[in-house]
Amino acid sequence: MNMSVELGHFALILAFTLALAQAFLGLVGSFTQRDHWMAAARSAVAGQLVFILFSFGCLTAAFLRNDFSVLYVANNSNTQLPMFYRFAAVWGAHEGSLLLWLLILGGWSAAVGVFNRAMSPVFTAKVLGILGLISAGFSLFIITTSNPFERLLPAALQGADLNPLLQDPALVAHPPMLYTGYVGLAVPFACAVAALLEGKLDAAWARWVRPWATVSWLFLTLGISLGSFWAYYELGWGGWWFWDPVENASFMPWLMCTALIHSLAVTEKRGLFKSWTVLLAIFGFSLSLLGTFLVRSGVLVSVHAFASDPSRGLFILAFLTICIGGALSLYGWRANRLKSDAGFAVVSRESFLLFNNVLLVVAAGLILLGTLYPLFIDALNLGKISVGPPYFSVVFLIPMLPLVLLLAVGMHAGWKQAKFSHIKKSLLIALVLAAIFSAVMTMLVFKRFSLLCFIGLIAGGWVLLSAIIEPISRFRAGHSLSPGIVAMSLAHLGVGVFMLGVTTVSTYTIEKDMSLSNGQTAEISGYQFTLIKTEQVTGPNYDAIQGTVKVTRDGKEVTVLYPQKRVYRVRTSPMTEAGIDAHWQRDLFVALGDDLGNGVWSVRIQYKPLVRFIWLGTVIMALGGLIGVTDRRYRAKVVAQPAETVAAPVGV
Amino acid sequence: MWKFLLPATFFAVLVGFFFVGLSRDPSQVPSPLIGKPAPAYTLPKVEDPAQKVTNADFSGKKHLVNVWATWCVECRKEHAVLLEIARQNIVPIVGLDWKDDLASAQQWLQQLGNPYVATAFDEEGRVAIDFGVYGAPETFLIDEQGKVLHKHIGSLSMEIWTNEFMPIIQGGK
Repeated sequence: MNMSVELGHFALILAFTLALAQAFLGLVGSFTQRDHWMAAARSAVAGQLVFILFSFGCLTAAFLRNDFSVLYVANNSNTQLPMFYRFAAVWGAHEGSLLLWLLILGGWSAAVGVFNRAMSPVFTAKVLGILGLISAGFSLFIITTSNPFERLLPAALQGADLNPLLQDPALVAHPPMLYTGYVGLAVPFACAVAALLEGKLDAAWARWVRPWATVSWLFLTLGISLGSFWAYYELGWGGWWFWDPVENASFMPWLMCTALIHSLAVTEKRGLFKSWTVLLAIFGFSLSLLGTFLVRSGVLVSVHAFASDPSRGLFILAFLTICIGGALSLYGWRANRLKSDAGFAVVSRESFLLFNNVLLVVAAGLILLGTLYPLFIDALNLGKISVGPPYFSVVFLIPMLPLVLLLAVGMHAGWKQAKFSHIKKSLLIALVLAAIFSAVMTMLVFKRFSLLCFIGLIAGGWVLLSAIIEPISRFRAGHSLSPGIVAMSLAHLGVGVFMLGVTTVSTYTIEKDMSLSNGQTAEISGYQFTLIKTEQVTGPNYDAIQGTVKVTRDGKEVTVLYPQKRVYRVRTSPMTEAGIDAHWQRDLFVALGDDLGNGVWSVRIQYKPLVRFIWLGTVIMALGGLIGVTDRRYRAKVVAQPAETVAAPVGV
Repeated sequence: MWKFLLPATFFAVLVGFFFVGLSRDPSQVPSPLIGKPAPAYTLPKVEDPAQKVTNADFSGKKHLVNVWATWCVECRKEHAVLLEIARQNIVPIVGLDWKDDLASAQQWLQQLGNPYVATAFDEEGRVAIDFGVYGAPETFLIDEQGKVLHKHIGSLSMEIWTNEFMPIIQGGK
């Protein structure tokens, strides 16, 4: 019996009490102006992080030494599980992933405790107090309903293994990335609530909140993208987005956070949209909590829902009501104190960003409606239904198309009142180039015209080109480029690249399901796929059938692919490992289907043009975010002052 | 200003729906077997593989069919509950040992105690497929005519036993 399991449990309880102390000292201290209380709140943050880390370490150690006297380890690991995955199995299921959530919240709180020079100690104490409340709620949730340290006595001789779906490098990194983004939104949320409590919100506030929102956004972007990449090569269908409730749960906070980043820019530069910015900050974190609720409570079922239990659901619902309900009520009560400092003309950067915000929020709202619709129908006793891609794909396009078109122009609009005379020519040239590109792609390259694809490629190309107009013209004029401009251009360039990928892949993917026996050849899009052989191979904890597929074009060998169909020994669930030949302009995708007997296999072959652009686009977006936060303005110690007026467009 | 209260109002409505949603179990896909005759089976008995267990042995008796396996961690947790239910002696429990190893299954019953009147050994899982089993543990309540009255997915607890199974058992008497 290893005592460290009990120690880990105990450390978690200590972390909970410290979170309570942090909440109390931070909030009460700031209202009663007691400096030493506020200072103590900061120490509580540090202590809490230490104890959560210790607790997390204990659980990790239990996994590494295969301690099957711990129920959670017995349920999610196995002696045959490779070391790397045993480490990742810590967050492979409900209990551990919540502990990871808590750990990341501890990390974010500690970061707030360190990087707060620009804000007053009273404000910081309030923010820490609110983060403490969230942390207390979450640690109590883990301790009372989802304790990862629960013992299993007598110990199991062997563990039930990690869900084979999760035994993949991309899925090891996916949850930490996504959670960092999710939980990071707690900081803007806490700042928004603190601003409501103080009834004051100025440019310094917005400037301080911006990098937090941007870093969260950056991680959300990468996390969602990783998840999509994983789904693409692991689920074996070659799709990259399924509008699954859990995907939606991560996408909605992303949309809100994107809106928030833009709205914060207006609040910082122009002192406008204050109550709107606060509302977006609340919505953003609310949607990530809602995401947790939807996934963990089992209110909605999906492929991801590996843990559902009504008592957990009830706890999260209560927690949700306190956090979100409290913040929104506070908003209803105090938001009218946050007055805007100025007005703006109809054609100005402000109006473009207002449209951007409205469209992003509408998109998130439509997705929320689709995600919750089955729940509404069930609750009203109208039956059990599910809403799928046909709804989402159409409904998502409605706000997105105008959004991208506005984006191309809006990037170049000036604050207060925009004049496009100096930029009109460049924008038109970009539009014409995009149209030519789109015509060439649809009519000459793929030789099959589709109106939606034609429009999509024009929009994507236009966004991409107009994103680089500003850096090019500055560069030519010999001006230096500020990180803000580079960040904005890169992020929007990423959107353009992403759109090109999505449009092309959804229109011009060629997909064939066929049955092949050894030596037989199938042809798609000029590529010949020959099944050379199928054989048994053995992995550390799985057995597999591996196909060898030779791909040739015009008699020349292109590549050899090795798609696998794995059966993991413990959970006996079959998994498809697609064979993919990746290239910037197309992917060749081969997945083994079923054994049809007599050496004949059903094989799914796909040709996916520009599919890499989808993830390339998201990486470029994230890179833009990364450069954005390096802006020195965020680190300079500044005195709060009324928003300055800037005529020329600067980075948003 | 009333417009600032709109978000809170919307949220309150949403919470109402969630609350109702929580009381419903979306994973409770009603088994198509409910109200229909349970599948017939004849399988070797775990306790003595020379003997057979068949559904005919229990016709005329209300009984439970509990699907389990030694590789199933949840089943180990459930086992204590099954022993308690067997002690109450209200209905007999028939085990269906699913895709398992005979020696480990026998050892399991010896070590942890045997709540089953008989355990059918479904090595290849064919009978489990007839029962529509998704995973272990699952428990079926079958009536005197061999009809499926109720199905529970996941491990049993005493609460589930008293609240879900007992009313059906007593209601039918």
